[in-house]
Amino acid sequence: MADGNTPPGGPARAAAAVLRPVRDYRRLAWIWVRAVAQYPVSLALMSLAVAVSVLAQVGAVVIVFGHAGTLAGFTVYEGLMVFGLAASAFGIADMFMGAVERLGRHIRSGSLDAMLVRPVSPLVQVAADEFSPRRLGKVVPALAVLGIALAGTDVEWTLGRALLLPLMMLSGVLICCAIWVATGCLQFFVADAREAANSLTYGGQALTEYPIAIYGREIVRSVTYVVPLAFVSWQPALLVLDRPDPLGMPEALRFAGPVIAVLACAGAALLWRFGLRHYRSTGS
Amino acid sequence: MTTREPATESPTEPAAGAAAAPIIEAVGLGRDFVLTEGPFLRRTRRTVSAVQDVSFTVRTGEIVGYLGPNGAGKSSTMKMLTGILTPTAGSVRVAGMEPSRQRTRLAREIGVVFGQRTTLWWDLPLRDSLTLTRHLYRVPAAAHAERLAELTELLELEPFLGTPVRQLSLGQRMRGDLTAALLHAPRLLVLDEPTIGLDVVSKSTIREFLLKINRERGTTILITTHDLGDVERLCDRVMVIDKGRLAFDGGLPELRATVPTPRVLVVDLVAPAPAIEVEGATTVRVDGPRQWLELADNPARVIAEVAREHEVADLTLREPDIEGVVSALYRGTVPAGDRT
Repeated sequence: MADGNTPPGGPARAAAAVLRPVRDYRRLAWIWVRAVAQYPVSLALMSLAVAVSVLAQVGAVVIVFGHAGTLAGFTVYEGLMVFGLAASAFGIADMFMGAVERLGRHIRSGSLDAMLVRPVSPLVQVAADEFSPRRLGKVVPALAVLGIALAGTDVEWTLGRALLLPLMMLSGVLICCAIWVATGCLQFFVADAREAANSLTYGGQALTEYPIAIYGREIVRSVTYVVPLAFVSWQPALLVLDRPDPLGMPEALRFAGPVIAVLACAGAALLWRFGLRHYRSTGS
Repeated sequence: MTTREPATESPTEPAAGAAAAPIIEAVGLGRDFVLTEGPFLRRTRRTVSAVQDVSFTVRTGEIVGYLGPNGAGKSSTMKMLTGILTPTAGSVRVAGMEPSRQRTRLAREIGVVFGQRTTLWWDLPLRDSLTLTRHLYRVPAAAHAERLAELTELLELEPFLGTPVRQLSLGQRMRGDLTAALLHAPRLLVLDEPTIGLDVVSKSTIREFLLKINRERGTTILITTHDLGDVERLCDRVMVIDKGRLAFDGGLPELRATVPTPRVLVVDLVAPAPAIEVEGATTVRVDGPRQWLELADNPARVIAEVAREHEVADLTLREPDIEGVVSALYRGTVPAGDRT
């Protein structure tokens, strides 16, 4: 291998296999951050616009709860907590993986071919493409809302709960990432599946921002067992609030987030590989 | 390159010319595409073969031209060699690897340039694009700096290293792409129409550059092109693909011999005259004082005869160009038995 600083075998190799995509992602993302930073005013305004849209959604939650008092047994602060969990998980996943929805564009323009001949995972390259710090405009207010909601709710903080919350949030982020990737993979097979995919990604976000018990049993079942959105905000909220499931679903589900997240990521990875193997490229 | 130090050569890389180890081995390679047509629910499926039963070997250090009309399967073959497409039949090994399964590892051994699109980052200055490439290929900084300096000099990149890629001219962009493809010192360079749309000077710069890296680094080059100037200047060997099948594989002289395209004697007479009749040649065109004679015989004898019989102002002997040969192959005027 010409000039390859190939990692040695054994554990070092395993570590490299995990760290390499992360480092490649950072490199690619950094380039875009630098490019965007050349126009700081534009960046600031865009971030602000995104943040304002998040705050508008928060306002909607407050108004809905203000009218109804409680929804599915959830108070305003508890509702905001569900919102904060959903919006932050979705926002972080969107920041890191949202660009996968532009896969179809890369296929049509042939830039995916260029990515495939580089020694870097094409998923990393697609995901890091046009990385923009403006998406922090979504994440920061969402985390702030979550913080305020947690402070305003009567949570009985135990060590277990304090440790489980970040773990569940990470699981939520991973689940959202998996949904981004899995729905993005549709574009390997259907030329413009982006809109269909968005019904699950953005639609999923809208769904998880409210306590899903308000939607009815069939929807709750499908977002628990089919597309695991319930593990992004609903089950973690039940866990933190230590509340029985209003729909009588098994209580063990609230601890299942990490397992579901790993399964979702594995599924998404398999779909990606399958899509890539069946990739047909464009003419010429 | 002349200033190259031996230390930067990969120790496993065989010296140019010394080795004849195969770097590409394709056996019965094929790729089908399933097309679905018609309206929803009444869809019909049709299988189209882009490439069928293509077998060839490329040895280290060769420059091979891969020719064929549009849609013949050139790009599909290239994409299978680089791991972009998975073959549906046969097998291929490139640098000892199976491209579609070991694509990422193979990427470090090969450089790929698509003439029609760039592998550089559109919005970044060329220099940043190249630095990013260095990181992605994990080229040590010192080796990168040395190679970049060398390529900058050879391809005269200096004036536009700081220019964003989207503002580069086609010729500049192509030189940038070539640099990006060569910074990790690949053993094999795969070029898909690298001179398309370029002016004569840019074409020539790129051809001479390719010859140089082939000679001095021993880089194997596989090139698809419609530009037969590229072929005549660069390739020791050509493969012609037509309708997905390999129609010819051999040297340029053999390709010329495959199709009987006669040499043409262009005669400028002092004054317009009726078609010249001379043994061993047929007059194929008359345009005022100028006449075109297809030679079936020794040109010296024909020339002498023409000069004896007519008052000649000028004579030019035209060698058959490879273009005529290849298009004759495409048209299928070659008997099937003569094809390799």
